[in-house]
Amino acid sequence: MSDKEAFFSKNNLRLLTDPLGKQNPITVQVLGICSALAVTAQLKPSVVMTLSVMVVLALSNVIVSLLRNTIPNRIRIIVQLVIVASLVILVDQVLKAFMYDVSKQLSVFVGLIITNCIIMGRLEAFALGNKPGAAFLDGIGNAAGYGVILIIVGFFRELLGAGTLWGFQVIPEGFYDFGYVNNGLMVLSPMALITVGIIIWVQRSKNHELVEENK
Amino acid sequence: MENIINIFIKSIFIENMVFAYFLGMCSYLAVSKSVKTATGLGLAVVFVLGITVPVNYLLENFVLQEGALTWLGSQFANVDLSFLSFIMFIAVIASMVQLVEMIIEKFAPALYSSLGIFLPLIAVNCAILGGSLFMQQKEFLNIGEATTYGVGSGVGWFLAIVGIAAIREKVQYSNVPKPLRGLGMAFIITGLMGMAFMGFSGIKL
Repeated sequence: MSDKEAFFSKNNLRLLTDPLGKQNPITVQVLGICSALAVTAQLKPSVVMTLSVMVVLALSNVIVSLLRNTIPNRIRIIVQLVIVASLVILVDQVLKAFMYDVSKQLSVFVGLIITNCIIMGRLEAFALGNKPGAAFLDGIGNAAGYGVILIIVGFFRELLGAGTLWGFQVIPEGFYDFGYVNNGLMVLSPMALITVGIIIWVQRSKNHELVEENK
Repeated sequence: MENIINIFIKSIFIENMVFAYFLGMCSYLAVSKSVKTATGLGLAVVFVLGITVPVNYLLENFVLQEGALTWLGSQFANVDLSFLSFIMFIAVIASMVQLVEMIIEKFAPALYSSLGIFLPLIAVNCAILGGSLFMQQKEFLNIGEATTYGVGSGVGWFLAIVGIAAIREKVQYSNVPKPLRGLGMAFIITGLMGMAFMGFSGIKL
């Protein structure tokens, strides 16, 4: 990519939009599953988690991309881990200061952003070989692709599991009088896996390029 | 003694790393295509968790916690370094993995060649860091409990990955709907296995 290229050229826009669909980090690249499943029992933690990952991923992409010619190849994993860990500490302290209840809910999963495979994967695959501007967009794009899945899963799990969204009652009281019952299983962990499985199914039946053969 | 057994059983079945907390899912999904490689990675995880959790426990209790530095002298009694715990834990894990790799290469070359590429990958496996972070939350009383927790959660992860690898080997012969093949099916199998493991959750220890 040349320096003269506009910031929002076609190539750069693709960095933003590809991860939302056919290069989605969760459903296609299989990165960052751990946190995606664990925090999605409700909508609010899913959104907070998405924003935290977006901050960490975009900034660490930029920093690694700036340093890409000075990091010795053999110790690059450790260098990247240190950069990511420092950013995660910042995010964790901010969450603890301003959103204490959500931070308690996310518990260890804020710390686990450090080992979130999306971050290491994007640093290795993209930031080490590209300019900071492009790396920034790539970070935002991938975090958005991650967030889309998180928010879809969080939406359905909270709606079906507790009848609420963002903590507010959505399903009218009248439904309960007619015998509607919240599906408590949705809040438990196995349903997160099955919900993601179904999302993958829907996405792949729409887009046949992604179907895996012989597996 | 009773306490130790409780922690062990609890960390394997009731608080299983994969089914209850989804830790280490990336390598869990990527390496579960054959039982043989799954066993190798599983053993490596048990090993590394069994070492890093007690080491991080010592670090937490003698360096990072508020008042943990009192052994240096009374003027350090108010120092609270707990905000550094992420970076310290990950540094310990990365260096421990390196160390374990070198020791195995030197003394057990056969094991080294069978674990091969999996060892360095473990440094970025969330199950390992997750083990240390949960250890921090649970506030174990002594290092024995922490070690038991580390080994137990490693064994739980091992069971999960060997189980799913065996199922995926069989699923290859069945007629799965095309869009669901591979990843989609792996998710749904894990979900079903998770439901089976939920059967343990009623046990009070």
